[in-house]
Amino acid sequence: MNYAIQLGLFLQTAVQMGTHILLATSGGIMCEKAGNTNLGIEGMMLIGASVGYWAGYTFCDPVIAVLAAGLAGAAGALIYAVITVTFRGNQVVTGLVLTIFGTGIAGFLGKTISSHFLPATIQNAFAARAIPVLSRIPVLGSAFFTQSVYVYISVLIAVVLYLYLKYTRWGLNLRAVGENPAAADASGINVTLYKYVHILLGGFLAGAGGAYLSLVFVPRWQENITAGAGWIAVAFVIFSTWNPLQAIAASYAFGALKGLAFKCQNLVIFNHKLAISTHLLDMIPYLATIIVLVCITMRKKKENQSPEALGNPYFREER
Amino acid sequence: MIRIVATTELSRRKTTFMRILAVTAALAAAAVIMLCMKLNPLKIYGQIIAGSLGSAYRFRETVNKAIPLTVLSLGIGIAFRMKFWNIGAEGQFFMGAFGASLAAFAFPGIPRPVLLFLMILSSFVFGAFWSLIPAGLKIKFNASETLVTLMLNYVAQLWIGYLQYGPWRDPAANGFPKIAHFTQNAILPKVFGIHIGWIFTLILAFIFYIIFKRTKFGYEIDVLGESEATAHYAGINVPNVLLVTVMLSGGLCGFAGMMQASAIENSLSEQLSGGLGFTAVITTWLAQLNPLLMVLVSFLFSMLIQGGNFLQSAMQIPSSMSQILEGIIIFFVLGSEFFIRYRFVFVKKPKRSPDLPEAAK
Amino acid sequence: MPGLSFRSFHKTAGTGRDVRQQPFIPTQHKVPVMETFIELKNISKRFGTVQANEAVSLNIKKGEILALLGENGSGKSTLVNILAGIYSPDSGSIFINGKETFFTSPEDAIKNGIGMVHQHFKLVNVMSALENITLGEKNSFLINKKNITKKITSLENTYGFSIDPDKKIYTMSVSEKQTVEIIKMLYHGAKLLILDEPTAVLTPQETNRLFDVLRRMRQQGCSVVIITHKLNEVMDISDRVSVLRKGKFAGTVLTSETSAPQLAELMVGGDVSLEVIRAQAERSPEPLLTVSRLCVKNENNLPVLDDVSFSLYGGEILGVAGIVGSGQKELCEAIAGLTRADSGSILFDKDELMGMSPLNIKKKGLRMSFIPEDRLGMGLVAGMDITDNVMLKTYDESEGPFVDRSDGKKRAELIVKNYDIATPGVNHIVKKLSGGNIQKVLLGREIEMHPRVLVTAYPFRGLDVGASNTIYAMLNEQKCKGVAVLLIGEDLDVLRALSDRLMVINNGKVMGIVDPRTESKDRIGIMMMGGNT
Repeated sequence: MNYAIQLGLFLQTAVQMGTHILLATSGGIMCEKAGNTNLGIEGMMLIGASVGYWAGYTFCDPVIAVLAAGLAGAAGALIYAVITVTFRGNQVVTGLVLTIFGTGIAGFLGKTISSHFLPATIQNAFAARAIPVLSRIPVLGSAFFTQSVYVYISVLIAVVLYLYLKYTRWGLNLRAVGENPAAADASGINVTLYKYVHILLGGFLAGAGGAYLSLVFVPRWQENITAGAGWIAVAFVIFSTWNPLQAIAASYAFGALKGLAFKCQNLVIFNHKLAISTHLLDMIPYLATIIVLVCITMRKKKENQSPEALGNPYFREER
Repeated sequence: MIRIVATTELSRRKTTFMRILAVTAALAAAAVIMLCMKLNPLKIYGQIIAGSLGSAYRFRETVNKAIPLTVLSLGIGIAFRMKFWNIGAEGQFFMGAFGASLAAFAFPGIPRPVLLFLMILSSFVFGAFWSLIPAGLKIKFNASETLVTLMLNYVAQLWIGYLQYGPWRDPAANGFPKIAHFTQNAILPKVFGIHIGWIFTLILAFIFYIIFKRTKFGYEIDVLGESEATAHYAGINVPNVLLVTVMLSGGLCGFAGMMQASAIENSLSEQLSGGLGFTAVITTWLAQLNPLLMVLVSFLFSMLIQGGNFLQSAMQIPSSMSQILEGIIIFFVLGSEFFIRYRFVFVKKPKRSPDLPEAAK
Repeated sequence: MPGLSFRSFHKTAGTGRDVRQQPFIPTQHKVPVMETFIELKNISKRFGTVQANEAVSLNIKKGEILALLGENGSGKSTLVNILAGIYSPDSGSIFINGKETFFTSPEDAIKNGIGMVHQHFKLVNVMSALENITLGEKNSFLINKKNITKKITSLENTYGFSIDPDKKIYTMSVSEKQTVEIIKMLYHGAKLLILDEPTAVLTPQETNRLFDVLRRMRQQGCSVVIITHKLNEVMDISDRVSVLRKGKFAGTVLTSETSAPQLAELMVGGDVSLEVIRAQAERSPEPLLTVSRLCVKNENNLPVLDDVSFSLYGGEILGVAGIVGSGQKELCEAIAGLTRADSGSILFDKDELMGMSPLNIKKKGLRMSFIPEDRLGMGLVAGMDITDNVMLKTYDESEGPFVDRSDGKKRAELIVKNYDIATPGVNHIVKKLSGGNIQKVLLGREIEMHPRVLVTAYPFRGLDVGASNTIYAMLNEQKCKGVAVLLIGEDLDVLRALSDRLMVINNGKVMGIVDPRTESKDRIGIMMMGGNT
């Protein structure tokens, strides 16, 4: 096999291994732009993965399956939103509880759903589809243009999110809500509404990200199917400096790293078997995030910082 | 029209009452959900209690879980008091366990009390080291400790995983990836059937209670937690207080890891914590940073966890049920915070006078 | 109160005619008939146990500048926040052009043409001026920069200000930020502009520019409500003055027919002295604090204090006048040891303070007290009670690792008694005290430690007349005891009245040290702005 084809296949796998991260990270960005740190992404992904799987084999319809997964994630996000926005609860604790709760729900459902298989309709719907013409490009063609529709949509969502934040009025309002909710409120923006909508959308995306694992990637139910992906997403929200386009790059870099880890298990250089531990490689995203975090706080360029009001509940009548 | 207004502080009694009300409401809500799933909530609750307290063995299991949970809470609590949001208890726990294991494997032959002492010391040092990293990054670069500690959790866990699958892999384990067992003298002794950690835990809880309430150090932590500018102004040695507090925090979490590795697991593994580090954040918050309450809250939580395990064997209900219950209870308590701090005010819209000329719309 | 004497106030001019009962005769400008634009009737609002507004009724005319005057706690901020839709009244009604209107949010207020510029700006730092100005507009899905810029430019031409629409807020000066806020209100169609203490953060020059803009707005038929403490500004810019006192309406007068003393009387409801008395004391022969060639640079390596030298003697009050941001904060913090100066020397008696932290100063036994500008954020621990706060500087004097709270309690009770602090008890959390009482706790604590040098920054800020008088007395008492007092303030009149000598700084440099008894206020003003004497 020539190297171009190998590289293309490697990148193709990288994209596939990063798609659920991309969806969850996009969801996380949406939530944090509204001013709420949501540490419950892992929980919402698990809820989405389990409910999506269940809907998949129950209704045999791919659209319903994904919708169910997203709505389930959004439902988890709703609990979080009610507690942190309306009841002004502590965001960190609530997020952590959501993760525990989500893990519990997924574990509970898991006993029932693990004995089922996904019907062929679902498997076919999410199979890789080549985009005509573009998929013939060497290397990039197979990497980016021969993928499941799930992948295409996830990229679309990230791009749309970026444009939304940068160029639309709603995006501007959202940014204001996350930076200075008092200013947004004084400008007549409904802070509560914006927070709710975007937190729920974030949960929807997280759920859809989880469902990608159970419906497309694996695609079978496994306990702990997310294996900490939700935490990587939390990290990547920061790592991508709250920029959805950078999230795309980060997610696929993560996928590439994972792919590299597999390859490295059986690497032979100069007739020496070199087994780089997957565990050590897995550390890289987390360490990289710390480095990025330090860099952005150091450089003090305000535009790259977290939304100023991140983590604070907003209360108009505070005296 | 309903408006939300910050309320004057409720008395301690009322606050506790609200919290108990919240837990009761949660249990009721969970019961309704269980009924919908054709499960008998009373039976389930009963089995949870029976499963955690019903026999000597089960009681011991509950206490075994409460020990690390409490010590983790103490560690997290001291940092939280200073408004240093240490979410990295998991990581410090693992690194403490690692430190203890290092000592255990390095000196398997020395007398038991000496080895145990070394292991405790080592766990403290490694745990403190792991918490100093985010503290240092915060001091030097003002990096958010919430995120750095969170990330370091996984780095620590992966480090243990690396050891477990790699250099420390036990060749005598028939290909199963695990680390070798500790020698007998690296295992904490038992008192009344439970490992001695329970005594340490109670002593530590008491010590920290006194520290916060009565000592200069506790006062300094409180001032620093409120405002660094004020602490500096008051002549408090801010870097000192910060570092000591953070080291105590990480050290305590590391010590919890040591106890778990030594007494329960008798080894080191990446599954050692079972997510306790995160649960401890919740118990710390629930206990409102009060060390004595932490003992109580951790015990109750441990009952839930142990009861959940028992539920699995006794009623074939997945143990994840206890996680679901945990979630529901905390959601309600979080929500109840609102009613403690705010209240609703009903504002009557003044009636529109009908004979105002331009009122019609 | 030792050291303070009241000058009796003779009721002379100022009839305080209530405009509500009498026909209005315009005297100041050409708009012939002034119709009522907004009317507030019987507005009441309560926060917890505090009745912030009680049955307040007043009106605002079209095309006028109305000053809203009142002491701290009189309810003026609450009232305008109700108008701006941020708070909702418990009872009462608002009429706009005769129609009863209900606001439940700032959005409603904006829709009705009411815009408010708060003391703490409601701007998003990371965004540009243009983004902030258009924030909340509902006309389009995409942001059309060209259109918005066009609209902003036409506003600039009408009202006479200018800003760079793409400049980010966090890079702007305070005056520029205020301008953005005002443009924002006008952009969204405000016909009434409410300004909450707008000149507190401006230089005299910027204040004049602002007032020009306000006059142009009035010409265009807009109304302005300006909340201010400064009686001279009220006399300068307003057409009418409405006064609130302790939550109730106290009266509305025509500016042209009233005077500062009459307004002060309306504000406090009784005899009040507007004059602060300078106490007489013996100055120490040698200075207690000697500052020589002090230089402090900020994080961008620009000098904020440049070659500052002066001496401070016991038994005197040395006032420091200057526009906010001239280096006063840095001067205090360098003396107190909170920040490290780059070069120069600060001698306390014969000891060098340079390079010493507050901890060292305390350990060395140098009795110096610093009362910072930020009372709750630095001087006190907001969430702790009075006892714990009183112990802030003395908690480690007890033996062993334990704090002695009973001693702290005794001290706290003493302070509460001596300085007449209104509190339910010494276990009351300080942030719940009123501004004046908070300052008394802070000042009381420091004074009870018997300092020899007292550095105090903006001690009267935000305090009403009664609390201010208490603080004047406390400072005079310390002076008479031989303490050296360095007083940084923003109210030039108070500084001139209290100080024995007045040091004027501008841009980090000492412009001169003058005798406030003889130097004219204008000359001092010029020095404050950097001009030569």
